[in-house]
Formats: sequence, structure tokens, C-alpha cells
Amino acid sequence: MTAALASLPAALAAHLAISAAALALALVVAAPLVLLMPGRPLLRRAVMGLASVVQTVPALALLALFFPLLVLLRTATGLPVPSLGLLPSLLALALYALLPLLRGGAGGLAAIPDGVREAARAIGMTPSQRLFHVELSLAAPVVMGGLRTAAVWTIGAATLATMVGQPSLGDLIFAGLQLQDWRQVLLGCIAAAALALVVDAALGLCEAGIARRRWPPALAGLAMLAALGAGVAGWWWHSRPAAATAPVVIGTKTFSEQYILAELIAADLRAAGQPVEVRSGLGSGIAFQSLAAGGIDIGIDYTGTLWTQALGHRDVVPRGSMLPVLKRELKARYGVIVAARLGFENAYALAMRRADAQKLGVRTISDLAAVAPQLRLATDLEFQSRAEWAALQAAYGLRFAGARAYTPVLMMAALKDGSSDVITAYSSDGALADADVVLLADDRAALPAYDALLLVAPGRDALARRLARYEGRIGAGLMRQANWQADRPDNKRTPAQAAAWLAAEAGSWKADWPCRSTSARPAAGR
Amino acid sequence: MSPAPPALSLSGISLALGGVPVLRGIDLDVPAGSLVALLGASGAGKTSLLRLVNRLVMPDAGRIRLFGADIAAADPVSVRRGIGHAVQGGGLFPHWTVADNIAAVPWLLGWPKARRMARAAELMAMLDLPERLAQRFPGELSGGQASRVGLARALAAGPRLLLLDEPFGALDPETRSALADRLEALHRAEGLTTLMVTHDVADALLRADLLLVLDGGRIVAAGPPALVAADPHPAARALIDQPLAQARALASLGARPA
Repeated sequence: MTAALASLPAALAAHLAISAAALALALVVAAPLVLLMPGRPLLRRAVMGLASVVQTVPALALLALFFPLLVLLRTATGLPVPSLGLLPSLLALALYALLPLLRGGAGGLAAIPDGVREAARAIGMTPSQRLFHVELSLAAPVVMGGLRTAAVWTIGAATLATMVGQPSLGDLIFAGLQLQDWRQVLLGCIAAAALALVVDAALGLCEAGIARRRWPPALAGLAMLAALGAGVAGWWWHSRPAAATAPVVIGTKTFSEQYILAELIAADLRAAGQPVEVRSGLGSGIAFQSLAAGGIDIGIDYTGTLWTQALGHRDVVPRGSMLPVLKRELKARYGVIVAARLGFENAYALAMRRADAQKLGVRTISDLAAVAPQLRLATDLEFQSRAEWAALQAAYGLRFAGARAYTPVLMMAALKDGSSDVITAYSSDGALADADVVLLADDRAALPAYDALLLVAPGRDALARRLARYEGRIGAGLMRQANWQADRPDNKRTPAQAAAWLAAEAGSWKADWPCRSTSARPAAGR
Repeated sequence: MSPAPPALSLSGISLALGGVPVLRGIDLDVPAGSLVALLGASGAGKTSLLRLVNRLVMPDAGRIRLFGADIAAADPVSVRRGIGHAVQGGGLFPHWTVADNIAAVPWLLGWPKARRMARAAELMAMLDLPERLAQRFPGELSGGQASRVGLARALAAGPRLLLLDEPFGALDPETRSALADRLEALHRAEGLTTLMVTHDVADALLRADLLLVLDGGRIVAAGPPALVAADPHPAARALIDQPLAQARALASLGARPA
């Protein structure tokens, strides 16, 4: 919790900055459209229709959709358009903020009586005087109402920017969800809500001032906004990198193991004087694409996942022959360098309650296939669309009574409370040690190996050489224990603390590696 | 005919809005100092005539001269600031106080604040508006008060020409008559030239120096009230006959034995 608190100012500043930038962009787009709309019903209908359609797309999907769009743009134009981080977040959030701005603007201007417009012209106001002193001032309450709605929505939706690699308060929320650290989740939510309330109050004061042509409330509102802006600027000034060298960016997916390993490597690099930035909570596919695009420098991924998802293979090949092919193809297709095979595996496996498995006599997936029609399956969000699921179904003829997708952190709970009978588990999951579950053997070897790899972005060869010493250093037992330290409900450790423990256990990173007897072999889970 | 140029002169004016003819072949000279009443059914072109004079719309053909100067050659904003125009319905700015509304044109002309506020106070006194209303907003006024504020706004910068579009439209007869008296007195005292659109034919007949009857975008009768009252044009007759018939009926009511 103290670690979460310590990271709050940075997340808050980043959150405010991305929200403000998106809102400003939306305003720049919406303002001319609103001013063009009166007397152009066709434009009005087209613009409002489009904005309404955008609003029906869930914010998360909108953010994610900008990734392939920007990749397409980059391929089509050859320009170095970044597809992750700031740009997609900015565009998606701005698009999301358009509707309330357009509604407020158009509604506000339409509500001005014709007689008032006519009088403004008739007494000899210039067009700009009419716009500022009559139309905008009169429309201000409705326009500001739209702006306030847009601001609150944007600040809420900006938590999702974390998923496409843009730091925000979502960092706290997503990491908290994964680590089941509900206080941290709450901290992120409360911070976002408080920010939204403060901004809303400031804009409310501005609104009151503009509508009544009174300076004091408007100035108070502006002062509040300026104070927030100064806070962001101050934070950046305070946290600006001391060294001129650009920080190495480590990206993580949304689960504990990734957070811990990122902290481990970060501490190691920092100790050597290298500034490091950890960008946590990236979507699974986005993490790899981000690495390939150079948006992050270091990532952790798994052989089976890369084999099927990144390289699109449908066949399952033995571990020994997969790695060389994988290395070659990743390099050839994406330029991504495999710096090290860490030494543990985080495999997909099917798991059941121990009591059920004993009662039904299920030890392998072949055994499971016979009883599967009576059982309900719970998977993570992506498994049912992955090649591995197709492979499992083909190899075993698996047919379940029903299949649901859960966010990974809740799958084990679904198994424990009986909402599901079989789940997709991860072999390095710390909770496996605690839960009374069994992993079923993949007796027909339908699933590929999932050896954890340290990946480095294209062209970062020196960095890859530096990370090569992690080869085989982190065994399955160590990883599982470190994961459990972060995941367990009581006496929880932060990823950084778990990383420190892991570093101590695995040996000093500074000295030459002592040859420890921790298992560098895959977990015996499958 | 006086030797001085007319305050307002329209020659060969026609105007179409959205392809529909609104005014056709208007020729008109208004001598300085006249109080002109524009009469006619709705859609006859009365409001459009005022808007043309204030350069809110440009004619398709013809020329408008204000005190001898062609308004097409002048900057529209300065033309408008030199004319007092009270639009239909008043058009008061709902977010400005009464004093700010009245002093709108002086503000546009860059008068210092003290002079603006003094002028607003002066006009409020002239038009029987209580001083305490100065800092109120238009939404808090009665219909009669709002009409007075509209009138005061048109008068504020001391224009030579006043354009009034149904200035007493929605008022009760008593208020209307009192306000019309006050307006007429101001018009005479300040030597204004006033064009007023009105539906109160009896009032127009009694007060105006010049009556203009518009029908279908043309001036069908023009002249001093006595002349127009005798005009045979059916549109003029239809307008004038109604108050005359009313007056006769009222007179016979008074003659009836008790």
C-alpha cells in the first residue's frame, strides 16, 4: 500500500496530463464543428450521428482499436507513427469526449432566442463581439455543462489508457486487480473520482462566472485549474531524469509474475546507473506489438504464446526444436531479440478441484474428455480464441457443458466457489500451491511449451547482451513462490519486495553467477 | 418640399429572401424629423424594410441613402451604431443587466463607464423606469418595463434615426398609450426621424406624420394620415376601415339614450 501511495503522484500527474490533452484536442475539433452547425442540418446530423456511434463503442475497445489503425497508418504512409502509448490514448479519449462537447455546444447555441441574435447585429456588434459577448456567453451554461460531462467521462476513461501503454491511474487499478490488492484498486478509483470532482467543480465555477459576467467565480475556477496544471508541471520538473540518457522502458502484461520480473530487471539496471521506466498493465497482444514497434525496450513473453499468437503457427512442436525456430522467426519477422530463457515455464494447464478429480477419476486431459460434458469450463478472456484451445479440442475431443471467460484473477475464485468445474490455470501461479486443485496432465502433448523469455526491442543488441546473464536463472519453484508472495491474501508483498526476495534467492546480479541448485527446469505442473 | 436632403431615401429597392420576393420597387423619401408609421398585414415586408435600412440585409436592387450618404458604401457596423433599432420582441440580452443593456451601443462606441452609466440613468428616468431596476436582469422585468428598456437601448447613443419594430406589441392598452405618448414627446424633443412598425392603426392615424401601407412587398398608400384614410386601395381600406367602424360604433353607443 505504501508503494502504491508512493506511485500515486506520478500516476495522478500522468492521468491529469493525458485527460487534459485529450479534452483540449476534443475542444479544438468540436468548436469549429459546433460553430458550423447552425443552418447546416446535414452536417449537424452527420456529425452528431457519428459522435453517438463512437459513444456506443466501449472505451476500452475504442482504445484498443486505435492500435491496429495506427499500425495500418504507419504501414500505409511509412511515417514513424507511434501505435502505442500517448497517441492512441489521446485520439481515443478525445473521440470519446466529442459527443458531450458537440451536444452542449450545439444545444447551447440553438437555445439562443432569434430576437437576441438579431438585436446583437442590429445594434452594431462585430461578428466576434456577437460570438463572445452574446452567443458564447449565453450558450456558456449548456456548453460548460457539456464540457463538464466530457471532463468527467475523460478522466474516468483515461484509467483504461494503461492498457495501451499510457501511464495513468489505471496503473494502480489494474495492478491492484491482478495482485488482488483491493486497497490499491480503491486508491486508484478514489484518486480518479476525486480528480474528476475537483475538475468538475473548477469548471462549474468558470461556468457560473461566464454566465453572469462575473469575474470572481470564473477566476477562482481558473485558479483551481491552473493549480492542477502547476501540480503536473511541478511533478514533471521534479521527476525529470537527472541523466541525459533516455530511460529503458520495461513493459508488463497484467499479471503478478510480469510485475515482479519487471521490478527485478529494473532494480538491476538502476543499480548499474541506467534510468528505467516500468510501463505496467499492457494488454497481452499489445505488449508484444509494443516491443516490436520499439515502444517498450524489454518485455517478458512465453514461447507457446509467441509461437501461436505472434508467429501464427498452428502446429505444436517439441520444446527443444521450438526455441531455435522461434528465435530465428522473431528476429526475421519483427526484429525482436530473445535475450534469455529465464528458466521457468508459465504454461496453460487445465485444473480441477482435487475432490472432483478424485471422485471422477480424472488425472489427465484424456480422462477429462470422458466426463467433460457434465462439467463447466472457465477460461481467461483470451484462451477460447487462441490456437491452443482449438488444438486441445482437436486432440482430445473436449466438449464441456458450458464455457465462460473470466478475468484471470477471478478464475481460481470461480473454481473454488463452484461456479466452474474446470479452469485454465497457469503453471507458475502462486495460488496453485495454496488451492486444493490438481493440474491435469497433457498426455497427448497438445499444448506447446511456455518457457518464459526475456525479449528486447529491435536494434537494442547491447541491452540484449546485458540481459543474457538471466539465462536459466529463475526456476519454476522460485517464480511460483515470488508470485505467491504478491498474490496471497495475507501478508502480501509488493512486486518490488517480491522481486528483491527473488533477486536474493537467485543470487547477486552484480557478482558472477554462483551456480545455484534452484531448478532451471520447467515446472512439474503438467 | 424642404431644401434639405431627406433623412432617409429609398429608390428602386427590391429584395427577395430564399427566392421569394419580399419587397418590390420601393421608392420612399422620409423628411427629417418625421414620425413614420408602417402599416400592413403580416408578411407585407415591414420588418424587412427596417432591416434594409439598418443594413442587416442588402437589397437585390436599388439604393438607400441616409442623410444623403449611400449606406452600401459605408461600414455596416458603423451604420448600425448610428441608428437606434429596437427589434421585434425587444431582443434584450438576458445575461446583461438593465443598465448594461441600455448602454450597449455606448459601450460598443467606447464611451467610458461613468458616462455610460450616467446615460443609462438619464434614459431610465426619461422612460419612467425605477432606478432600482438598473442592476436587474431582463428576466425580472414586466412587459412594459422590458419595452421601455428596449426603447432606451435604441435611444442610448443619441441616434438621428430610430427604427422601432412593434415596440409596444404585447402591452396592455393603457401602458401602450402611456409609452406611445412618452415616445412621441422624445421624438419631438430630440428632433429624431422615426420609422415605426405598428398594428395599432388608430394610434398611427392619430400620431404619425406619415403613414405607409405595405401590401405584398409594395407601398400601396403613402402620405399624411388624412390622405391615407381616404385612399381607395383595398389593402389601405381594409386597414383603416376597421378602426373607423369601431369609432362609429363607439360614437353610436354614446348617442344611444340611457
